[in-house]
Parts: sequence; C-alpha cells; structure tokens
Amino acid sequence: MPADNSFLPWVIFIFERYWPLFLRGAVNTLIISLTGTIIGFFIGVVIGVIRTIPVEHNTGVLTKLGYKILNFLLLCYIEVFRGTPMIVQAMVIFYGAAMIFNLHLSPLFAGIFIVSINTGAYMSEIVRGGILSVDKGQFEAAHSIGMTHSQTMAHIVLPQAIRNILPATSNEFVINIKDTSVLNVISVTELFFMSKSAAGNNFRYFEVFLITCIIYFVMTFTVTRILRYFEVLLDGPSVYTIHGSQTVPEAEIRIVGRE
Amino acid sequence: MDKIIEVRHLRKTFGANEVLRDINFSGSKGEVVCIIGASGSGKSTLLRCLNLLEYPTSGEILYHGQNILEHNMTNAVYRTKLGMVFQQFNLFNNLTVLDNCVVGQVKVLRKDVASAKKTAMEYLELVGMSQFINAKPHQISGGQKQRVAIARALAMEPEALLFDEPTSALDPELVGEVLKVMKNLAQSGLTMLVVTHEMGFAREVANRVMFMDSGVIVEDDVPEVIFNNPGNERTRAFLKRILEK
Repeated sequence: MPADNSFLPWVIFIFERYWPLFLRGAVNTLIISLTGTIIGFFIGVVIGVIRTIPVEHNTGVLTKLGYKILNFLLLCYIEVFRGTPMIVQAMVIFYGAAMIFNLHLSPLFAGIFIVSINTGAYMSEIVRGGILSVDKGQFEAAHSIGMTHSQTMAHIVLPQAIRNILPATSNEFVINIKDTSVLNVISVTELFFMSKSAAGNNFRYFEVFLITCIIYFVMTFTVTRILRYFEVLLDGPSVYTIHGSQTVPEAEIRIVGRE
Repeated sequence: MDKIIEVRHLRKTFGANEVLRDINFSGSKGEVVCIIGASGSGKSTLLRCLNLLEYPTSGEILYHGQNILEHNMTNAVYRTKLGMVFQQFNLFNNLTVLDNCVVGQVKVLRKDVASAKKTAMEYLELVGMSQFINAKPHQISGGQKQRVAIARALAMEPEALLFDEPTSALDPELVGEVLKVMKNLAQSGLTMLVVTHEMGFAREVANRVMFMDSGVIVEDDVPEVIFNNPGNERTRAFLKRILEK
C-alpha cells in the first residue's frame, strides 16, 4: 500500500507492483488478436474467393450442385458467427469441447481459435466486397489475354482487392485487440483478466483500469499507425523514373498520386 | 485467302432483348475490317462474343474452320489467339506498364521472365511507350494507357486484334496518337477487327467496312462503296447523320 492514500500514488504503486502482470496480459492480448486476425484474414480470403467463383455457361450440373452446397455451408458459418456474440461463442466452444468431445483446450489456444473463426466470418464478407469492388474490366482484360479465373484472381484481382480492404482489416485488428477482453470468461490471461485480478487484490478499480485503458489505447494506436504505413508501402512510389532517357538519365516525373 | 475466323448465324439475346440476329461474316489474314453503326446496334456485343466475353446464344464461331463453341478448345487457349483492346483500356491497375505486358506471357504462354520482358519492350517501343515502363496505369494519360493496352495485346502475339471503340473514351487531342499506332499496325499487315466511330480511320485504313444496324450486318463492302455509294438506305441515313456532325 502506498504511503499516501490518494489517487496518483495509488496509480504509481499499482503500476510498479503489477507491471509484470500488465505486461503478460498485454502480450497475451497481442498474441491472440494478432494470430486471430492473421488466421481470420486467410479464412476470409479463401472463403471470399470461393464465394465469388463465377458459374459459367459450361459448368457441369454436378459441379454447380457441389458449389451450391459449399456456398450454403459457408453462408451458414458466416451468419452464425456474425450473428452471435463472441463472449457466448467462447463459452459454447470452450465448455462444449470439454463436454461433448472430452477435449480440454488450453484457454490461450481456445482464445486464438475463437477469435480466428470469428474474424474469419467478418473477413469473408469484407474480402468478397473487396473482390466485387474491383472493376469488371480487370477480369475481362485478364480473360482476353487467356488467363484462367484462378490466374486472374491470384495475379490481378486479389492484389487490388486486398489493397482496398486493408483499412477494413486494420479495423478488424483493432476490434480484436479490444474484444479479446471478453475471453476472460474462459479465463484467458489477457489484459482485462490480469487487470481484474490486480484490481481485486487491492479493491482499486479506477486506478487499475485507467492504466489498462492507456495500455489498450497505446496498442491499438500503434497498430493502426503500422498498418497505415504498410498501406503506403503497398501503394508504391508516387514517382516513377523515365526509362532510358538519354538527356536526363535520372529524370523523374512527379505525379501527385491519387489517394 | 486464309480465313482466320468465320461467324455463322450468330445470335445473342439478353433476356427478351435480341442484340444480335443472324450475324454472318468472315475475316481473313491481314485484313483490316471496321465495324460501324449507331450506338446500340450490337457492334460491341459482336466483338465481345468473338472472344467469348459474352457467350453467344446460338450460332457458330469457326476459328480456322473449327467451331470453338463445341469446347474442343479451351476458352483460354483460344483467347490468346485473339487479342482485345477495350474502350476503357482496362490496364491492370496493380502492375506497372512493363508488367502489364509481361504477366500474360509468363502466366499464360509460360515464357521465362527475361524473354517476356524482351518481347514486351519491343512492343512498347512500337507504340512509343518504352520510356514509361516503370509507371503505374494511374500515372499516365488516356492515350498512353491505350497504347500500352495495344502493346499488352500484341505481346501475346495473337493472330488478330479486336478493337472495341479504342478511342471513344479519349480526349479529342489524344485520339490521334492512338489512331497513328493502329494505322502503323494495319500497314504492317496485322489482322484487325475494329469497332469504331472514327469514319476517317475506317475510310483510310480498312479493307472492308461492315455497317451494323439493330443486330444485323446491313452492308459489308470495301470502304469506297460504303462511304461513297452505299447500297442500303439505312447505311446512307447513318452516314449522313454522322458526317454532318
């Protein structure tokens, strides 16, 4: 207990005493949200690509049927995981796995699993939207030089779609950093869980959660900055060099890039 | 003459709307054929049917005598034989000018990157765009984009090029540079099928001009006849309207 029983000394006391706890919590939060966002992103890309496969005039009946069934299953997945709270999904999956399959998941693994499939459901729709937003002319031009649908996707459409959905993806990441706090219900030792125990030990809720609040903000803010920088990198230089100009070998044309 | 493509009784409907009705024509090696006609007469749809961007409702498209609608040739292989230049350019926005001309050669024709780049450079030089290989499409003008699009199509070394109103989306002062490139290509013996509103180009460069109206080819003749002495009343009315502007 601090010598002076007022607000600021308490904050300092708690921070000095519990910083390893905060640190472990923050690291776990980052691990879960980062892994969950990345896995969710890949789930989203795969499902988004599957759900935008065009049905051609020469597609066989069986292929069409199989595709319809797959599409229906994917839609079920998306709707169920978008339509129920993550906190409830966490309870159902964690305790359900133990009861039905006798599978005792570690809380951290369960946390990553839940965040991944939850993010996957949202990302599927985000990726699908990204693919649909790419101009139809890009598909046609790729087809006209003989590219197949999968080549067109891999080399032309997905790079553009992914660039376009980066802001939405960083949104998901930020949401995940914050929403992993609900995983405390299955005793994942993330930041909120750690803060709760620190607060409970001293009955100092405001002081502890003020620190927690600052840590969350620093994490989300840093992540958005990094992803914004990543976007700029992906856009490439706004300047291009003239190839083989004999008069000015280093000539550059500056074009004010469209944002 | 060696017929590259022959179209027989081609029909295309969108729902109840019959856009193409009973189209018959053929194109031979080295020919430059211009398709003219009012908006909505089916010119673009015909071109898009030819490389299967639209699938014909019925009829036959013979490529060297082989009906490509019978699936004995995959769409991808057939499409590499007919290049396409679009009204809206449709350059790949995520790739540089050079990569636009390389990607198809590497991924579709399975060429190695070095020789693909060499081919790309040759054609970019031909259209006067070799200086801009490092630029992204949004950094160059419309006329430059269209010239790159032509180089991209040529880099696949197709047997014929289809042009779908290649100058219609350009500012008037940029039309000339694209037409100049097309004229050079025509003179070098490339087989071309050009949908256009540029009557000067059709008159000067084409070996044959087809006039289309409401989904049929009304008249198909040498430009001298079409422009100076059209046999059909509809051709005469269209030309009168467009040349008076």
